[in-house]
Amino acid sequence: MNKNYMVSLIAVITLFLIAYVGTQQGAGLQMVFGIIVPYLAIILFIVGFARRVMGWARSAVPFRITTTCGQQPSLPWFKQAKIDNPSCTLGVVARMFLEIVCFRSLFRNTRMKLKGGPHLTYQLELFLWIGALAFHYAFFTVVLRHLRFFTEPVPFFVTILENVDGFMRMEVLYDAVQQGLPGVYMSGLVLLAAALYLFLRRVMIPQVRYISLAADFFPLFLIMGIALSGIFMRYLSKVDIVAIKELTMGLVTFRPTIPEGISGLFFAHLFLVSVLLAYFPFSKLMHLGGIFLSPTRNMTGNTRQVRHVNPWNYPVKVHTYEEYEDDFREKMVEAGLPVVKMPEEQA
Amino acid sequence: MADELITPDELLSKIDHRPSGAGWMDTPVDIRKGMYCYAANPKSVETLGLPNARAWNPLDDDWKLPENWQQIIFEGFRERLEKFRSFKVFMDICVRCGACADKCHFFIGTGDPKNMPVLRAELLRSVYRNDFTKMGKILGRLGGARPMTLDVLKEWWYYLFQCTECRRCSVFCPYGIDTAEITIMGRELLNLLGLNIDWIATPVSNCYMTGNHLGIQPHAFKDMLDFFVDDIEEITGVQVKPAYMEKNADILFITPSGDVFADPGTYTCMGYMILFHYLKEKYGLKITWSTYASEGGNFGFFTSHETMKRLNSKMYAEAKRLGVKWILGGECGHMWRVISQYMDTMNGPADFLEEPVNPITGTKFENAKSTKMVHIAEFTADLIKHGKLELDPSRNDNKIITFHDSCNPSRGMGLLDEPRYVIQNVANNFYEMPANTIREQTFCCGSGAGLNAGENMELRMAGGFPRANAVKYVHETFGVNMLACVCAIDRAALPASMEYWVPEVEVTGLHELVANALILPGEKDRETDLRGEPLPGMEE
Repeated sequence: MNKNYMVSLIAVITLFLIAYVGTQQGAGLQMVFGIIVPYLAIILFIVGFARRVMGWARSAVPFRITTTCGQQPSLPWFKQAKIDNPSCTLGVVARMFLEIVCFRSLFRNTRMKLKGGPHLTYQLELFLWIGALAFHYAFFTVVLRHLRFFTEPVPFFVTILENVDGFMRMEVLYDAVQQGLPGVYMSGLVLLAAALYLFLRRVMIPQVRYISLAADFFPLFLIMGIALSGIFMRYLSKVDIVAIKELTMGLVTFRPTIPEGISGLFFAHLFLVSVLLAYFPFSKLMHLGGIFLSPTRNMTGNTRQVRHVNPWNYPVKVHTYEEYEDDFREKMVEAGLPVVKMPEEQA
Repeated sequence: MADELITPDELLSKIDHRPSGAGWMDTPVDIRKGMYCYAANPKSVETLGLPNARAWNPLDDDWKLPENWQQIIFEGFRERLEKFRSFKVFMDICVRCGACADKCHFFIGTGDPKNMPVLRAELLRSVYRNDFTKMGKILGRLGGARPMTLDVLKEWWYYLFQCTECRRCSVFCPYGIDTAEITIMGRELLNLLGLNIDWIATPVSNCYMTGNHLGIQPHAFKDMLDFFVDDIEEITGVQVKPAYMEKNADILFITPSGDVFADPGTYTCMGYMILFHYLKEKYGLKITWSTYASEGGNFGFFTSHETMKRLNSKMYAEAKRLGVKWILGGECGHMWRVISQYMDTMNGPADFLEEPVNPITGTKFENAKSTKMVHIAEFTADLIKHGKLELDPSRNDNKIITFHDSCNPSRGMGLLDEPRYVIQNVANNFYEMPANTIREQTFCCGSGAGLNAGENMELRMAGGFPRANAVKYVHETFGVNMLACVCAIDRAALPASMEYWVPEVEVTGLHELVANALILPGEKDRETDLRGEPLPGMEE
């Protein structure tokens, strides 16, 4: 048993229960979990995120340390890798776009195997890339879909997205039984499956298990908890969606209210989301912001062509040619090497 | 080679890539013979005026650290977080996805989990979390944080000198996290406490005082080149005349001193001399050597940014003093990382030089117009393209060649096609190694970043395993017998690695091949190549 993921799992379950129990009849903490905590979380998220990014931005970029992943621009008959070794802003933008939107570097991933012989092989290994893409895009879709709860009228693109996302249906249509789920959103299921995959690879692959910290499991469980509670509400427990929208609209219009009839499950869902938001800026999840600032990717590789200026460049102590000649003058003259001062001129 | 070095089979049998047992924080460092380099000689540290010069031994319990060493590390850490965005961002954003794990030659060759790039970085990150983040302060160990202790320091030292700063991991990292950057910062911090290794500190001190890592004094440098003059005359019948510190020459040439010192680099050096003689005779091009700036490499880069700058300053200073038009750089790996990504920023702008133009072909080296320093592979490729070199590639016909991309020219510059173009024009038998082991995915020789010592041979052979294994593949498939490279460390390190893993393969520099093929005006019928081996068809 791994302490790191057990602690994280217990933490998420506890968080869930706190909100669930706290908002049951009699406990009466709906105000706390429905209004106060979400506001605090959003504030923490925005302020924390901004501070983190500003903190990075405050640090200097003394050198252009681009990782060049292809041919440099040199002589005209060598074809430059314009994206993997960019020499202009457009190339950098393309590189960053591919990196952020398509996870370009992860697409290169290989898996090393040492076989008898000895024989090392490197196979393309795309599961991590696929898993990561599925996870992030599903997450993104889910977030966008939830705009339905924070807008009135609902923007057209959210509706379109819902239609595309809910394309798959699960219905039983016989004369006797007509049962069906509301339009099944793929994104929620994919998100859950991808999070599960990312969790499983963390515990199954020995190297990844070895490097994993509690901080790697906690957000995964948190997101799984959010997805599970969301899916449960939508397909099984049938929460009062009108009341929930009243609450969420109240939050965004700064006229917070707690309508009647909202189940504890919803408050637990909202609480986990709040925890995720509050936790975000202080965790590795900040890779969302950091990827934009990674100096090996977001700069051009043409350092020999365009000078990069180091804001804190300072003079250093060097051993000058004059000092060098003073050290070796006789030997240089004897060997027939040119000198600036002949030995007799020396003071 | 150390006689107690284990055999390749023994080395392989020890590798287990599945980490097990206690967590890494609970696994104390075990500084093992054959895997570490000796401590810096205090004299060398003193020459450079770097902190805490004293004799110490990594195997001793007492490393003779300054009283307030923890505070020095803390403040040094904080200062570097402010001065280097790379460092700060890389400390914060790793998600530990593990994509880098099996990309590191040291992990592949040792199976030591702390050689996974992510974990090498975590060694520092854990302390960073403890000292600089709220989460780390609140959660402590659970948050992946741990305080800086003597054991942690020793662990840093051991593993930061098991990284060759090759940057292969940074190619695969979804955020571009570059372990080289982490190692560079970590080594800077270690140097604040006087914890360098001697294989770095003494070359740096030599380079500072005498102009090159090997400490070759000016007269001896000339002597060594004179030997090559004799050898060249014997082989080609032509006497070449290298120029030294010639004022107002067209070009200043700087190459790693390793090429002057030891085989097979010496043949590459002879190659440069033959090429320069050819260009002078045919086209009147004046290229000069300098004994003051007689080092292309920069072991200062493996010490600290400041030390790198101090050593590098000689290149521009000498070019300015001599009044040359621009600088030509020899075949070297980390030298070109420094020139490509640091020199102009640190010691530029070189406005006293001209934007480099090849006077023979008229080609403008647009890509080097600010640094004013051209790579000799670019230069030679340009000469070949314009038909300015008379070549007989068949003189290399007994060499079945593959090309090893050096880490730094590949991932810190992008010099990939130029050397291949040159090889394919001076030789007829060329085969690539598998795609996942060349170009930007190339593997380190295993001995870069100052780890090319004699006492850490097991580490070097383990680190050299992935490269050697790819060579072995082309050796068995295509009969490759010659491994070409554009790096002086490669020329020093790969012969040992080949001897260990693929004994049938030799190592050559690019310009050795060029000079074998180059037909000098007035040369005699050559019977041997630069190594004194019979040319194809000249065997008894």
